[in-house]
This record gives sequence, structure tokens and C-alpha cells, in this order.
Amino acid sequence: MDDINKTKLKKASEHGIQAPLALLAELSHRCPLQCPYCSNPVQLEKKTGELTTDEWKSVVDQAVEMGMHQIHLSGGEPTVRHDLEDIVEHCTEKGLYTNLITSGVLLNLDRLKKLEKLGLEHVQLSFQDTDTENADRIGGFKGGHEKKLEVAKWVREVDLPLTCNCVVHRQNIDNLENFIQMALDLDAERVEIAQVQYYGWALKNRAAFIPTPEQLDHATEIVEKARIDLKGKLVIDYVIPDYYAKHPKNCMGGWGRRFLNMNPKGDVLPCHAAETIPHLKFDNVREKSLKWIWENSEAFNLYRGTDWMPDPCKSCDRKEIDWGGCRCQAMALTGDAKNTDPACSISPLHSEIFSMAAEEARRAPPEFIYRRYGVRFNSPI
Amino acid sequence: MTDILKINENIIPKFPKHVKFRFNKARKEWVILAPERLVKLDPIAVEILQLVDGEKTVKIIASELSKKFNAPEETILTDVKEMLQDLSDKGFIQENG
Repeated sequence: MDDINKTKLKKASEHGIQAPLALLAELSHRCPLQCPYCSNPVQLEKKTGELTTDEWKSVVDQAVEMGMHQIHLSGGEPTVRHDLEDIVEHCTEKGLYTNLITSGVLLNLDRLKKLEKLGLEHVQLSFQDTDTENADRIGGFKGGHEKKLEVAKWVREVDLPLTCNCVVHRQNIDNLENFIQMALDLDAERVEIAQVQYYGWALKNRAAFIPTPEQLDHATEIVEKARIDLKGKLVIDYVIPDYYAKHPKNCMGGWGRRFLNMNPKGDVLPCHAAETIPHLKFDNVREKSLKWIWENSEAFNLYRGTDWMPDPCKSCDRKEIDWGGCRCQAMALTGDAKNTDPACSISPLHSEIFSMAAEEARRAPPEFIYRRYGVRFNSPI
Repeated sequence: MTDILKINENIIPKFPKHVKFRFNKARKEWVILAPERLVKLDPIAVEILQLVDGEKTVKIIASELSKKFNAPEETILTDVKEMLQDLSDKGFIQENG
């Protein structure tokens, strides 16, 4: 950090970066589930700090003026907000493609009907497993899986398109074929098979989740076959745990290049895990415009482009493909967000971390460390 | 979802409900939007997709374009079928009916 001269940081336009494509709007960190791989920051935002309805509407106006195409209404659990309908209505009025990312457990048919009428365009529903008991254990919410299956049917009943978001890891990876079948049975357009990514809360539980390389190879084979068999019938998006990849993921399409993320209190982040990098200072939509923040915010400009990179990234011919991988993962695993993401096989730390994770995968999984937002939302099992 | 669609000249193509073909005013460009997908389009694709209304067949679309651009209908029909097949394989186009 200290060796970066902040006054010389280039802005978005000086990198040739246009307006972001999509906004991930975390309407609330509140959530009835307690998934041990939760991607929200370890320090959750309280309800009292959340942006108001009008503040979200103003954010939507600004996003459209900037030229953004899509909004993902997420959380936490976005349906805890009673003004979700107002926000959806405003998004669709303004022409943003509006996607709801939900656990589903708080929804009912009437609310879905209303959201559909107001213009909601797509629903992504999370599933923890296809096995009811294990799914409820992972989500820490009794009855959750049955409810989700019902919600999925309602989503299709009101003629909303459905994506099943399936987070897989070694405690459910053997059900991968069942996940795909479930998506077909539920008449989903799309299924997202995403292996757990290990930062934030998930890193605490890595030993419980990380699959063995053999499990992963088997899973990849299943996905590749299903993609061929189901071409034109079901879109399958697949994310492998990047510990086992040769190259790191080009996280968010590059830091501050394509997307932005807003947390419930209006901080604007380059990615949803950016709060795990302790020295980043975020600008807030209560104080600055979204456009100003995208162009000028130090949190964005610090890792934009390639000037900040040390070796081996700096001299790598993939530097404008991978963009150095994931800054949050570099922070979590090396203690410095500038370092090459250890998921990259060229990282000096890659083999050490890879072997540690592979060793964890071979041992019996430890108990989960659950996260709990607030007692009143829990339905302990 | 429906079975795999093979585009021929008699098919009436349409956008599935969750796929939007929209003009982004700020950027002044036509795009296809779908869940976590954004497809940027070249001017020819935009011309074709502007005629996809859930009523016209592939043949009629090709015929209209052939008149508009004063080009042989057969060539245009091949291009239209190819592009719509590609979009259909990706889930962005379906048959109306």
C-alpha cells in the first residue's frame, strides 16, 4: 500500500473504462439462512443503517443515466425488505433488466404474482443440496428445502423464468447430477453450479467444503456431458474452485472494469467481498454520486488496470486477461491484496496453499462454523 | 424449456420472456439482455432482430431485409437462419407457437 502514490492513481476514464454493465444491489444483509459459505462480509450491516426506498430509487436513476444494463437485487435476503416491490417497480420503469437473487424462504405466491406484474424479469433461487435433510443442515434452516421447491413452482406458475443457484462442495458434490435433474424438473431455464469460493465466511469453513481434485474432475466431467446433452434446453453455468485452476479467475472481469456492488448502507464496492481488504476506503452514495464514485473512488482506482501489479503479474502475458485474479483472495491468503492471487499456478504461494487445501480435502470434514445474523430470524435445527 | 429448436424458413422466431432486446439510451446501442448475460450486437444482427416480433416467419424477415438492402434473398436467408440458430442454441430465441 505505502509504495502507491495515491495522487497519481489513474481514474476510470484514464484507463479507457466505460460505465459499468451491472449493479449488484445488496438491499439488506439480514437473512434467515446461515450458510457457512456466506459471501457477505464477516461484519454484517444492521437494519438501521440500510438505505431507504428513495435512496435506492435514486441509485437506480443514476445507474440508468450511466448506461448500466442490469440490476441484481440481492442480499443477504432481499425479500426481507417490505419495499422490494417499490424498488422492482422503479427498476423496470427505468428499463433496467431486473433480477432477484433470493433464498426464497420468505416468499409467497401473492408476493411473486405482484413482483411479476411490477416487471421483475428473472428469479435466481438458491439451493443448498438436493437431499432435504442435508440441505436444511447446510442452510441452518429447518424446512427450507421443501419451501424452496414450492417457491420454484410458484415462480414458474407466475411465468417468471428461473435459475437454480446451486453452491456445491464436497458435502453435496455427489448429488451434482441430481442438481441438474432438479433444475430440469423445476422447469428452470438455467442452472448455476458454483463451487464455494473461499473468502469471507467461507474461508473459515474451507476444510469442511473443499473437494478433492478427483471429486472436482468427476464433477467437471458430469457438467461437460450435461452441457452437450442439454444444449438448447438448459443453460449450465459452472464455476470451479479456483484453487484447482491453472489460471486465476478474472475476478469481476477485472477490478473496477465492468461491475459495481453496493452494500446495504450505500457503500460502493468493486466486488461483494472488497470489505475484506482492510485498507480500502469506500465512498458512499449518500455523499457522492454513483458516477463520481465509479470514476474517482480510491477503492476502485487502487487496483484498476495493471500499473499496481508487482511481479509475477507485471511481466505476465495474461495480465490483461486475468487482471491478477482476485484481490480479496490475495489479501486473505497472503496478507497483501497486491500480491498475485495464489490461485494462479505462477504464484510463489500456489503449491503451498494448494497442498494445504488438498490435504484438508482428504481429511474428515470438521463441523460447520455457522454465521448467525440475529436470533429472531433463526429457526435452529 | 422446449426441445432443441432447428431454425428453418417457416419458423416464427420470438424472444423468450426472460430475454430482452433493448435499446440502451445512455450508450445508444441495442443489446440482448438475459440473466447475467449481455450480448452486444453488430448492425446486421440489430436489423434482423428488429424484425423478430413473434409474428413474422424467418422467410418473411429475410424477404423484408432483401428488399431494404437490395440484396439476394437467398444469401440473406442463409445469414438470418445462421444467426437465429446461434441465438437459439444459446437460449435467446425460441419458436412462437
